[in-house]
Amino acid sequence: MSLVFYLIAALVVAGGLAAMMLKNTVHCALAVTVAFAGLALLFLNLDAQFAGFAQILVYIGAVAILVVFAILLTKGSETPKDGVFSQTWLTGLAVASAVFAVLGWAVLQTAPMLPRATATPVVSVQQIGQALIGQYVLPLEIIAVLLTAALIGAVIVAIHEKEGAN
Amino acid sequence: MTPLAAYLLVAALLFAIGLAGALTRRNAILVLIGIELMLNAANLNLIAFWRYGPHPEALTGMMFAIFSIAVAAAEAAVGLGLVIQIHRHAKTTDLDQMNRMKG
Repeated sequence: MSLVFYLIAALVVAGGLAAMMLKNTVHCALAVTVAFAGLALLFLNLDAQFAGFAQILVYIGAVAILVVFAILLTKGSETPKDGVFSQTWLTGLAVASAVFAVLGWAVLQTAPMLPRATATPVVSVQQIGQALIGQYVLPLEIIAVLLTAALIGAVIVAIHEKEGAN
Repeated sequence: MTPLAAYLLVAALLFAIGLAGALTRRNAILVLIGIELMLNAANLNLIAFWRYGPHPEALTGMMFAIFSIAVAAAEAAVGLGLVIQIHRHAKTTDLDQMNRMKG
């Protein structure tokens, strides 16, 4: 594995850890943005240019901004005085550690059987576009409906209703 | 270690971090961030298997990841809308205090 991979992987893991452990919620949102950026770099490292740039646009451009907006609207940036972790944090940590142990064990057990490095696939955006409106046109339309429904749904859920108004 | 195994280990670690955050944080927004991290770890798996699979020219794994990114964006929008509404109703985003279903 190349040095670049290890650097990006360290960035992603550090960003994720910081996002889940920092006290200030705004700092957590910034840390998770770093993790998203590192993931986009990993996608680019895997020769998936389109997915990498989609990751940057969707996650750094939209989701991170949305998270910051939600934090500021809910006064979530104030650190609660009785700690940022739940009362049952030990159980949660144990469950997460068990999940990582099982996943890591499974990967290491199957590592010798996994395929070796293959030739770099050449994928142009034109091919992706033709696949999207050809073979994957039905999922694309369903995603379009889903995004519209989610957009309307999010607005309806978050809309502020005045007292007594129907 | 093969490159694919290294990517899978990173994805597993990120998934575990996201799961730990979703299970241990008190702030509802940070639970959503943890879920986003888990979804991203799954996307990394999909792209890594696409890259090192036998038929990368079929684009299947990458398409799955792209659709997954779109669904995750929709999930984030609805989830954060719900958190804002809950905050307006209960004046808190602390999940330990949200212990009743009756409004």
